[in-house]
Amino acid sequence: MIRFDGVSKRYAEGYEALSDISLSLDAGELAFLTGHSGAGKSTLLKLIMLMERPSRGQLLINGKNLNRLHRSQIPHYRRRVGVVFQDHQLLFDRTVFDNVALPLLVSGYQTREIAKRVRASLDKVGLLDREKLNPMQLSGGEQQRVGIARAVVHKPRILLADEPTGNLDPALSEEIMGLFREFRDVGVTVLIATHDLALVQSLGERTLSLKEGRLMGSES
Amino acid sequence: MNRRTKGHTLVKPRENSAGAVQGRLSVSSAFDSWLASHRSNARVSLKRLMDEPLQTLMTTLVIAIAFALPAALWVAVANLQSLSGSWQTTTRISLFIDKGASTQTTENLIKAVESLNQFDAVTYVSPEVALEEFQTASGFGEVLALLEENPLPGVLLLSPKPALGSEPESLQALIDQLEQLTGVAEVQLDMQWLQRMQRILAMAQRVAILLGVALSLGVLLAVGNTIRLAIESRRDEILVVKLVGGTNGFVRRPFLYTGLWYGLAGGVLAWLGVVLAGLWLGKTVSELALLYQSSFSLQGPGAMGLLLLAILGGILGLLGAALAVGRHIASIEP
Repeated sequence: MIRFDGVSKRYAEGYEALSDISLSLDAGELAFLTGHSGAGKSTLLKLIMLMERPSRGQLLINGKNLNRLHRSQIPHYRRRVGVVFQDHQLLFDRTVFDNVALPLLVSGYQTREIAKRVRASLDKVGLLDREKLNPMQLSGGEQQRVGIARAVVHKPRILLADEPTGNLDPALSEEIMGLFREFRDVGVTVLIATHDLALVQSLGERTLSLKEGRLMGSES
Repeated sequence: MNRRTKGHTLVKPRENSAGAVQGRLSVSSAFDSWLASHRSNARVSLKRLMDEPLQTLMTTLVIAIAFALPAALWVAVANLQSLSGSWQTTTRISLFIDKGASTQTTENLIKAVESLNQFDAVTYVSPEVALEEFQTASGFGEVLALLEENPLPGVLLLSPKPALGSEPESLQALIDQLEQLTGVAEVQLDMQWLQRMQRILAMAQRVAILLGVALSLGVLLAVGNTIRLAIESRRDEILVVKLVGGTNGFVRRPFLYTGLWYGLAGGVLAWLGVVLAGLWLGKTVSELALLYQSSFSLQGPGAMGLLLLAILGGILGLLGAALAVGRHIASIEP
């Protein structure tokens, strides 16, 4: 589902964030991406999100080369990927419901379909009773769950998460990871960047370790 | 082509969501949701403007003033044109008789003029009658009473036959002919100053257009700048929308509506301003017109004016927003 073939990312200033990365994730696979801050975790996710383009190498998603994707097609591509951010990136000028509805809204779903899917998604993360609240009124863990609901509301086949448990206590973190595993179990390919090594080790999933932009080899 | 089907199929929707996929691919439902998106964008952008009434009012006022100035000038010119137009239909020649002319000379002159057979009406206004009229109409009665002798000459008011009125050359020939008659001091065609005034009005009209163009540019910049600030303040939202797959068009839409609302409101407000100014001036103008024995009354911009200002305002607002949006939204990329 996700394949990196000798991908490097060098920024204009000459700093190489990623060097010669090759990796492959099958459909319905869950993997952690670990490493210190600055190791290139975020850059790798940004490449998959097409927020950045590789300087060298090829990135294939579902067999299609992202390098050949035209700029105008990027929005359509992003609609098939879900992302969870560390700072959850919720919009505080609207309700929880409207936040979760955003990916469906930009894809042009109809109002009835949107309501159905948003509720299903909020139910999945256990926040169905909070749909009318402003995200500001929620706790940190709840906000992150709203972010997850938004990332999966359009049923993406790929789910990316950048430090999804960064600000949460261990119990909440485990709960969030449990959610990611559930998505994996229904066939979603999940890639989670985190520096929480203890949590990763306790879960025993496949781990991709980055160090100074290089892949240290994957163990499971 | 359905705009969603032209997206690539890098990641195929899961089989178990087949029902939803069906709902997304039909052309009519895509159009429905596109329409619904426009409706909600129009509503949301309007609500955002209402949420900040002061800021909205200020911008709208700037636009309204920029529209009201040329519009008011245009309305004023149109009024003067209609005024001069009503005079033009009654082309008149004033034939001033020599002050020293005897009654006999005057009578002969009247006969000579009538025998030309070029006039519908020949009215003789004796110096005495002229003085009386002048006293009542001008309000200078008391001053005139102080004069020892009547300063006004006798006048023949001639209304040329309609066929003549529209031919400047034959009118001129007629005037030359009249000037040759005995006892004639001066022949004046009332149209001459009218023609001059029409030239001046045509110029004023051009000034109004020029002013309109210059101030429209101002409106464009004012709306553009307001929209630019609005885009800046929603930067985070734009980034999120783009990350979940919002196209530039989707991000653009609410801002374009904001520009449209600004322009429309500015145009309508400008119209209201001109109407109110017209009402305020109208009474004085009518009074003034009465002094000139005219029943002229000021005409406001009317319903057509409202339509024109609203359409023009809407277009300029949209254009200003489009200028700002085109430059700024593409540059905000996650």
